[in-house]
Amino acid sequence: MSGFYDEKWECMSRDEMTEVQSRRLVKMVERCYNNVPLYKERLDKAGIQPGDIKSIEDLGKLPFTYKSDLRDTYPFGMFAVPKEELIRIHASSGTTGKQTVVGYTGHDIDIWAQSCARGLVSIGGSRSDYVHVSYGYGLFTGGLGLHYGAEKLGATAIPVSSGNTKRQVQILQDYGSDIICCTPSYAMFIGETVRDMGIDPKTLKLRAGYFGAEAWTENMRRELEKILDIKAYDIYGLSEIAGPGVAFECECQTGMHINEDWFYPEIIDPETGEVLPDGEYGELVFTCIGKEALPLIRYRTRDISCLTREKCECGRTLVKMAKPKGRTDDMLIIRGINVFPSQVEHVLLSLKMDPNYLIVVDRVGNLDTMEVQVEMPPEDFSDTVRNLESLEHKIASALQSTLNISAKVRLVEPKSLPRSEGKAVRVIDKRKL
Amino acid sequence: MIQQISVFIENKKGRLAFITEVLAKAGVDIRAMSVADTSDFGILRLIVDNPDKAVEAFRNENMAVSLTDVLAVGVNDTPGGLAAATNALWSNGISVEYAYAFISQKDGTAFVILRVDDNDKAVKVLKDNGIILLTEEEIMAMSNPQGQQP
Repeated sequence: MSGFYDEKWECMSRDEMTEVQSRRLVKMVERCYNNVPLYKERLDKAGIQPGDIKSIEDLGKLPFTYKSDLRDTYPFGMFAVPKEELIRIHASSGTTGKQTVVGYTGHDIDIWAQSCARGLVSIGGSRSDYVHVSYGYGLFTGGLGLHYGAEKLGATAIPVSSGNTKRQVQILQDYGSDIICCTPSYAMFIGETVRDMGIDPKTLKLRAGYFGAEAWTENMRRELEKILDIKAYDIYGLSEIAGPGVAFECECQTGMHINEDWFYPEIIDPETGEVLPDGEYGELVFTCIGKEALPLIRYRTRDISCLTREKCECGRTLVKMAKPKGRTDDMLIIRGINVFPSQVEHVLLSLKMDPNYLIVVDRVGNLDTMEVQVEMPPEDFSDTVRNLESLEHKIASALQSTLNISAKVRLVEPKSLPRSEGKAVRVIDKRKL
Repeated sequence: MIQQISVFIENKKGRLAFITEVLAKAGVDIRAMSVADTSDFGILRLIVDNPDKAVEAFRNENMAVSLTDVLAVGVNDTPGGLAAATNALWSNGISVEYAYAFISQKDGTAFVILRVDDNDKAVKVLKDNGIILLTEEEIMAMSNPQGQQP
């Protein structure tokens, strides 16, 4: 078994951890109440004063925070610090045209980097490793999250970012990358490229991969381990809470340890909001108890998972979450990017088109594909193919700029898509996960 | 100039059968047709004896339809016959977007539908070059092979 990045915190007794969490929660609620108007208003309305929250056991008294709250206060309305204290902004897809914007202080970046560093050590990473980061760098948290984690650990980060797969393979081969971080589907694509280039994966130094930002299965794990000749590990995160590293899988591959000294998890019944006991599946909810810039209270992740608190064979006592097995909303994860069907609706409306559409998601050769079927607006129809192709192109570029993902647009006959009768079928997901 | 009907169709089984059935039910006779297609969709272009009736029938089926003015050109059914017309257009700076042939019962004459970027200029150029243009009335009056109106 590998060692620890921070044994004190990763192997803390339950009692000590609860005590720390309680102390931090009390401080956090006060910070939110005094600095975030939305929280003051919401707590006042619920008749709760910061003083009513004395320990982690009082958490259930606090109202939930939703993704829509971030949209309603777009872009920076939920930040709890003045901008002088911010050092970083990231953003992810919102449910409509607006992105979900998140901010970090120096301290926030530090605990996020530590979260990733803990993970890297738990899968055998050390200062002598080359950490090959193939997540996209930019507003997306994937790239910079693992990058800072690798540096925090003292390993060597290789900021390859995503794309240019042959160059990725060249770097794996020439630099001798030890650990690769990317989405599982991209890892699969890299694996196939290794094979297509006639390279035996056994000749690569690569020994482990941290794969996240999209759902994957045990089957996919076995395939990835075979095609790249590595151990494949899961890493979980969301930008609202920090980014990748909120929870990380250790060498035991039996669930992901949550960095619960900073990100306090609960599992709730998504219908009633009631907290469920360990072992039961429900919606994962996080409360940031160690962050400064964006300390969210009981944030509804919409991911369905469950928690276990038995001590892990690796020695860590950090609570573990199961691989998320679905969503409580209609969010799709396509090539690691969050896509909400409502974003497509928003794009069509912005083009003054009827919001009738069908999203068809598939996986071709381990890469996700997204097709958006749109009804031909009769008033835009003319006799030339050129006009129709330019209409498809116009819709595709508008989708690309809102979704940050390329989608194929297919025009279909007017009134041929299912109509909303209560709940219209807007998505067909053909991927077999 | 005559009116052409364009209909948007998806590339999937049975669509052409459906569309021709719509016209049959409406009692519309097809004079000429052509399909332009991509991998996903096609545009069916039709010259019919009664465009208004055809458009109404298609709209009732919620189909995307548009009307375009095109030229129906009569040329000598001999080598070089069409070249006389296209050369006249080209040398006068008129572009042809697309073209398709037309069934004719008139001996020695072939008809071609031309969609050009400047109809008025094209009409003048073609007439100046002695090329025959069919009128809407002539299309309407074209009889079916039995010589009877359906």
